[in-house]
Amino acid sequence: MNLATFKGGVHPPEKKELSKEIPIQKSPLPDKVVVFMQQHTGAPAKPVVEVGQKVKTGQIIGEPGGFISAYVHSPVTGTVTEVKKISNIIFGKAVEAVVIQRESEDEWELLPHGDYEKFSKEELLDIIKKAGIVGLGGAMFPTHVKLNPPQDKKIDTLIINGAECEPYLTIDHRMMLEKSEEILIGIKIAKKILGVNNVYIGIESNKKDAIEFLKNKWKGQVIVVPLKTKYPQGAEKQLIYAITGKEVPRGGLPMDVGVVVQNVSTMYAIKEAVVDGKPLVERGLTLTGEAIKRPGNWWVRIGTPISWIVENLGEGFKEGIENVKVLMGGPMMGIPINNLDTPIVKGNNGITSLIPEEQRGTFCIRCSYCVDVCPMGLQPYLLDLLGKKRKYDEAVEVGLLDCIECGSCSYVCPAKIEHVKTIKLAKKVYRALRGGKK
Amino acid sequence: MMKLITGNAPHLRSKDTTSKVMIDVIIALIPALIGAWYFFGFYAFFLAILGAVVGEAFELFIMRYLRKDKSFVPNGSAAVTGILLAMNVSPATPWWVMILGLVFALGVAKHAFGGLGMNIFNPALAGRAFLLTSFPVYMTTWYKPALSFSKWIDIQTTATPLAILKEKGFSHMNVSYADLFFGSRAGSIGETSVLLLLIGFAYLVIRGRIKLMIPITYIGTVFLMSSIFYFVSPEKFGTPLFHILSGGLMLGALFMATDMVTSPMTPKGQAIFGIGCGLMTMLIRYFAGYPEGVSLSILLMNAFVPLIDRYTQPRIFGEVKS
Ligand code: SF4
Ligand code: SF4
Repeated sequence: MNLATFKGGVHPPEKKELSKEIPIQKSPLPDKVVVFMQQHTGAPAKPVVEVGQKVKTGQIIGEPGGFISAYVHSPVTGTVTEVKKISNIIFGKAVEAVVIQRESEDEWELLPHGDYEKFSKEELLDIIKKAGIVGLGGAMFPTHVKLNPPQDKKIDTLIINGAECEPYLTIDHRMMLEKSEEILIGIKIAKKILGVNNVYIGIESNKKDAIEFLKNKWKGQVIVVPLKTKYPQGAEKQLIYAITGKEVPRGGLPMDVGVVVQNVSTMYAIKEAVVDGKPLVERGLTLTGEAIKRPGNWWVRIGTPISWIVENLGEGFKEGIENVKVLMGGPMMGIPINNLDTPIVKGNNGITSLIPEEQRGTFCIRCSYCVDVCPMGLQPYLLDLLGKKRKYDEAVEVGLLDCIECGSCSYVCPAKIEHVKTIKLAKKVYRALRGGKK
Repeated sequence: MMKLITGNAPHLRSKDTTSKVMIDVIIALIPALIGAWYFFGFYAFFLAILGAVVGEAFELFIMRYLRKDKSFVPNGSAAVTGILLAMNVSPATPWWVMILGLVFALGVAKHAFGGLGMNIFNPALAGRAFLLTSFPVYMTTWYKPALSFSKWIDIQTTATPLAILKEKGFSHMNVSYADLFFGSRAGSIGETSVLLLLIGFAYLVIRGRIKLMIPITYIGTVFLMSSIFYFVSPEKFGTPLFHILSGGLMLGALFMATDMVTSPMTPKGQAIFGIGCGLMTMLIRYFAGYPEGVSLSILLMNAFVPLIDRYTQPRIFGEVKS
């Protein structure tokens, strides 16, 4: 089979066998949820509930705080016990959160819903916006904005991202096998909104069953493109290149080459909102890693504390482990939490618990491996060097802002250089020095 | 009590390390070293071991006591330098001369420039150049192959094939192509057997430890240049095959010019570097006072690496070709 792919990339151990055979199960409802008002890129939402107020499942508790922002809903039925700022590592700053004590089973507050074909494009976009849907692959970009590009951008292709190139994670894989009908409805809705006819789904070749299954199931509707199993195959620009052969220009967006990329779980959420009226209050995620007793795939309410998930769904951490690293997301791009009570957010596609290993590094030996693997054609060793020397302008000249922070360079480096750490910091400082512009 | 560890993404790292890279290079040099034992006696082999041991010990001393890095752990790079220096000297070089060269290689060429990864010049070649100027006699006296594993050293001196070409002409050559290929000829400890060098090189290629563009362009350029000059005068300039098989070309192109630290980072840069090495080598062989020019050309090209890196940056994804 000739598999579509991109230039560069790495082959970390996949570790998907821990959870890929396990069907998605419904988590029992947690007694307490902590819902951040920032569940998306852009401006935080503004809380619209007060302490002591009763809320229903699906009721709006936060309204968009700007054009790029999103609604936030109550994931349970109960009473608001606190509205306060909580510092957290996901956004690197304190963010307002609404704490809700659950008091009963779900009493839903639904959105207007029904047969999607009867809704106009504008109505559909409005439902998606009101449902608080954001990119569930991890980027958390508000979906109603992404599906509504400026008039001058001609969109001709919709690409569904089913690559799931992050090691360990299997939720998208399970979604494709278990929820293909719902996802297809979501795709049809997105197609209608965008007015496109070309729809592809890219799936890495390590998910043969999903490739074969969807080829049959979605015949004539969505073109299934098997992709080479290589990290970061699911990164937006690399995925678009693999499927269409088009390169998103430097500093540009997929819409600049007429493409919109959407994750499979996002398509499912769209169907839930439009057809069933359910706002985004729960999502599927993979609970996995060597440190957890029982890996699996779960439907979990947004705002559920990770400690609760680990105890109640994962049966706790294995005994005898001294150190554990708990990641929101997969091991390549995931965020290590510093507090187990951190609640999950909309973009959380996995919780990966690793047993950390110490590795000793040296100076860069100029082996050029990082240059060879960088999917963006950058020179990671040079970015690291310039970043450490605080030569930010020079770093930008050689592509600092083009880095997608995939971590391929640090993965492969024999000297164990932490390029991504330096690059993230350099970007931050550079942007701060530029007054937030550019 | 279990501890929650944070840290920086990616949280998965390959098992590869700097030491593993160095060990692979050492493994690749072993065939040629065993060959050296057979061709020049056990002393030649001993010099390489000495280079490795003294190199590591000296670097440990530099790091722990002069550069005050108490957490430094040996990584094998100094052993590689020690072995490569031994491979680049004459088989009967006194051991203390070798060690002086090594002290220069590590102390000056490597650590005075900032240590592993910061040095501009290939340390082993810098050490050799230092010895060549300080002990020219030791460095330019060559010995007949002993062809036995049971000898300590053989002290019958002779001229190298390249010197014969330079001084007498190609028709006076006393070795066959087979001798050159298998290694039965006068020369420095590790350079004589093309076959054994290629075996080690193949190992590095399989392990992905080689910037392949360098040997290809280096040897290719030597082949092209010597083909042209062959038509000018075979007697004076020799044949292309002779130039590829003789002197330190194979050792240089396969193992010295490809030193990771002192070579360019992109295939394009590596090609420029390889072509430069090839041109310089042949110009020295043909027109300079020395019969051999491999080491000097690589050292010269080392100096251009920062410049080459600067002008051969890869194309960034999404960059419009201009
Ligand atoms: S992979 Fe690491 S050691 Fe190799 S060139 Fe890049 S930064 Fe240097
Ligand atoms: S430099 Fe950036 S884009 Fe390139 S490999 Fe490293 S993290 Fe990925």
